[in-house]
Amino acid sequence: MTELISRVGVDLGLSATAFVPRADAPQKAKDFTSDQEVRWCPGCGDYVILAAIRNFLPELGLRRENMMFVSGIGCSSRFPYYLETYGLHSIHGRAPSIATGLAVMRPDLSVWVVTGDGDALSIGGNHLIHALRRNVNMNILLFNNRIYGLTKGQYSPTSEVGKVTKSTPMGSVDHPFNTMSLALGAEATFVARALDSDRKGLTEVLRQAAEHRGTSFVEIYQDCPIFNDGSFDVLRKDDAEQRVVPVRHGEPIVFGADGRKCVVRDGFGLRVADTDTVSPEDIVVHDAHSDDPEYAFALSRLSDQDLEHTIFGVFRAVRRPSYDDLVREQNDSARTGRAGDGKALQELLTGADTWTVSG
Amino acid sequence: MTKVDKTKLERVVIRFAGDSGDGMQLTGDRFTAEAAVFGNDLATQPNFPAEIRAPQGTLPGVSSFQIQIADHDILTAGDRPHVLVAMNPAALKANVADLPRGGTVIVNTDEFTKRNLSKVGYTSNPLEDGSLSDLVVHAAPMSSLSVGAVEPAGLSRKDGERSKNMFALGLLSWMYNRPVSGIEDFLRTKFAKKPQVAEGNLLAFRAGWNYGETTETFATTYEIEKADLPAGTYRQISGNTALAYGLVAAQHLSGLELFLGTYPITPASDILHELTKHRRFGVTTFQAEDEIAAVGAAIGASLSGALGVTSTSGPGLALKSEAIGLAVMTEIPLVVVDVQRGGPSTGLPTKTEQADLLQALHGRNGESPVAVIAPSSPADCFDAAVEAARIAVTYRTPVLLLSDGAIANGSEPWRIPSVDAMTPIDPGFESAPTVSGVPFRPYARDRETLARPMAIPGTPGLEHRLGGIEKANGSGNISYEPANHDLMVRLRQAKIDGIDVPDALVDDPSGEAELLIVGWGSSYGPIGEACRRARRRGTKVAHLQIRHLNPLPKNLGDVLRSYRTVIAPEMNLGQLSSVLRARFLVDIQPVTKVQGLAFLADEILDAIDAALAGTLRGWEESKTTTALAEAEYRASTGCEEENA
Repeated sequence: MTELISRVGVDLGLSATAFVPRADAPQKAKDFTSDQEVRWCPGCGDYVILAAIRNFLPELGLRRENMMFVSGIGCSSRFPYYLETYGLHSIHGRAPSIATGLAVMRPDLSVWVVTGDGDALSIGGNHLIHALRRNVNMNILLFNNRIYGLTKGQYSPTSEVGKVTKSTPMGSVDHPFNTMSLALGAEATFVARALDSDRKGLTEVLRQAAEHRGTSFVEIYQDCPIFNDGSFDVLRKDDAEQRVVPVRHGEPIVFGADGRKCVVRDGFGLRVADTDTVSPEDIVVHDAHSDDPEYAFALSRLSDQDLEHTIFGVFRAVRRPSYDDLVREQNDSARTGRAGDGKALQELLTGADTWTVSG
Repeated sequence: MTKVDKTKLERVVIRFAGDSGDGMQLTGDRFTAEAAVFGNDLATQPNFPAEIRAPQGTLPGVSSFQIQIADHDILTAGDRPHVLVAMNPAALKANVADLPRGGTVIVNTDEFTKRNLSKVGYTSNPLEDGSLSDLVVHAAPMSSLSVGAVEPAGLSRKDGERSKNMFALGLLSWMYNRPVSGIEDFLRTKFAKKPQVAEGNLLAFRAGWNYGETTETFATTYEIEKADLPAGTYRQISGNTALAYGLVAAQHLSGLELFLGTYPITPASDILHELTKHRRFGVTTFQAEDEIAAVGAAIGASLSGALGVTSTSGPGLALKSEAIGLAVMTEIPLVVVDVQRGGPSTGLPTKTEQADLLQALHGRNGESPVAVIAPSSPADCFDAAVEAARIAVTYRTPVLLLSDGAIANGSEPWRIPSVDAMTPIDPGFESAPTVSGVPFRPYARDRETLARPMAIPGTPGLEHRLGGIEKANGSGNISYEPANHDLMVRLRQAKIDGIDVPDALVDDPSGEAELLIVGWGSSYGPIGEACRRARRRGTKVAHLQIRHLNPLPKNLGDVLRSYRTVIAPEMNLGQLSSVLRARFLVDIQPVTKVQGLAFLADEILDAIDAALAGTLRGWEESKTTTALAEAEYRASTGCEEENA
């Protein structure tokens, strides 16, 4: 036990896809495109995410038969059907648990979970936080459109207070989750956010997520043009630069037109300041590798349901042994030097105390 | 030292009872091990409270362990104990009514203090007031004798008192001329890190033995010869251990890694505890965050090409329903173990019941058939687990294995099977195609079994997507076609209906019985024993224990129709009988018991008599009318609480 405790925080030295076989030849997006007709609504943000992922996957250079996409229920969860990999469209909220079974048993698989705000944060909230704390080798992509689309327009756990929907004609009184704060609270080792329409930013976040060993949690803001159209428009329109705060590890956090805004420390937290009113050394330099989760948590608090200052990029990327690696390590040690063959099984069944009845 | 007689007995039923902290389960286990190594046939039945430590000395805190040992083949732990070992007044009060007239009580007098007596409502000391005059009472100050015995080991008074269960074990071991060679090894291993405690317990054990031998309290000791069982090498085994071993064997036979996803729940947790010890056999265990995640991970493991197993009890099975439906839809192997307990809701966590049969058969949305199999005894849990895995893998289906609290914790001798003689299980996964570009058809079924081909991730060229949405037969693409759904619902049902299960075998030595008793699962013991008793006095009766509950044996309808009267004893309100009545239009009469306790053989015998006299139906109905009258009486008298 003490040996295990001493391993906490120790880097096992494994790359994200250490055991996944490499493809023999370069791949293209069409190699990851299945023969299934894509059936999202016209204008759905899922299309651009699908295109980004199909274009990104060849970059990993992994055999596609060693990739497994698992989803739950909801519009986003149709995703696996459209990728020419192994896939499972499972049941509502449970994808992380199914992915855990896959990841534990098969280190040679690259396991991806595709989920939505209702799937991951309402019905599947429990599985999400436990996958994050265990740090199982999987990449969780949460498409957040802040609405229930497939059930035709009820508010979700990320809908803003006051949201008028079919189920909340007088406005929602539910306080929403801050997705990033939730993941950080569960001690996720990789937490990032991207915007569906920002192909470059999204791909960069996916790249880093795929390189991370353990659970990578990526929230992707995505529009539902039918039931929540334009919900992220403030992050896309002309004055979006006032709100969009891109972060890169090792770089000072400045944003806005001509970098006029920046992030500075403020007591135990952070705040946005005018760059010309602070001295340069007071501007926070983004440190995604900080062991201290409070910094990343403070970052997540800069943007709330009003999307006032919305951080995009990798909030946190730290190394911690993943659950499945440790399980396999224990399995290996239990199996090393000890036979598990028929003779050993016969010995197990026979046990220590027997008696014989002669015929 | 007086001369002590030795009397031969064919069998004896002993019940050890004490406070839940008194170590009665351990005492019973050791007495069982002695009997097993000696070569008796035996059966055991523990009974313990749900509370880990209920208030000391109270009735709810009583824990007991019953064992029957015999020189012949027996089927149950016995109806009533011949001997009760009562470590305190609560244990006496809770159990004494079960003793027959002339039964033996051995009590620890040290605990019969005024305070302890009043705790359980004794106004006078039953050891002194003549209320036990129908019984043979042996009173021994076990606590103080133990304290004295452990002194040389340098143990405290408290530790001495804690070893009183070993004193009781020593005394009973002497009384029944048990072999004692194993106890020393056992204690030295159990307390390997506390040699002082091991020594103290051994001293207490010897003190108990010597107390029997040197005091004049006991005029007789008893001998129970070895039982004449079928030739072979035997060991003692509990149902949960046998079930875990069966899963390990299934791993070996199939060559698949075994993955148990589970969440702790009484009385199933011991399966996890056992399996996790055997990781060297390709076993991985996962304690999930909840019941749903447990089955979810097992499903993921099955998809990955392992054998996914989840274990639980009734409340957990309810939570897993939707996920089991996903395994039905995706047609993957999955073994779901339900160690049944009293329900509904939290119910009676540590007590037994068979009331999850309909949940197992039907407790999912949609037409969602699964195979259901129920072991009939502790040792049978091994074979049932192997059988469940074989069906799951062969037919690509969830299999529900219905054990229950009685056989999970009960134990009996097990003739150890030969691993080499077991039939391998062929997973038959698809291999990479030789011709590329032909899409894999995950629902192109095997003509004989209707099972679908399985291609596991990592197999090039067979990439495909599964899911809970209805699939087109053959291609496995999403399909909302009315005709396809109709086809798939019927095919999934036909696949389960077509599972190859053995014909029902009726036990009817006379071949002339007109009364058939149908049971399932753990009632095998009491029903079998009741039939033997009935036959000994000349009553012709046939017994059928159904092991495969879905699909049912193909000859079952013919069997049921060939008897004038069919009765079905169950620890529920008649679930099997309603299934069989609906299926075969045979007027099967239920015999119901829902007390959290297994049937006694005598209760089944009474049901046999009532069935033959034509009064069974009325008797069954009276169970409800009596309950209603009871409620009415309590409402009218304002006396809602049951008297202690």
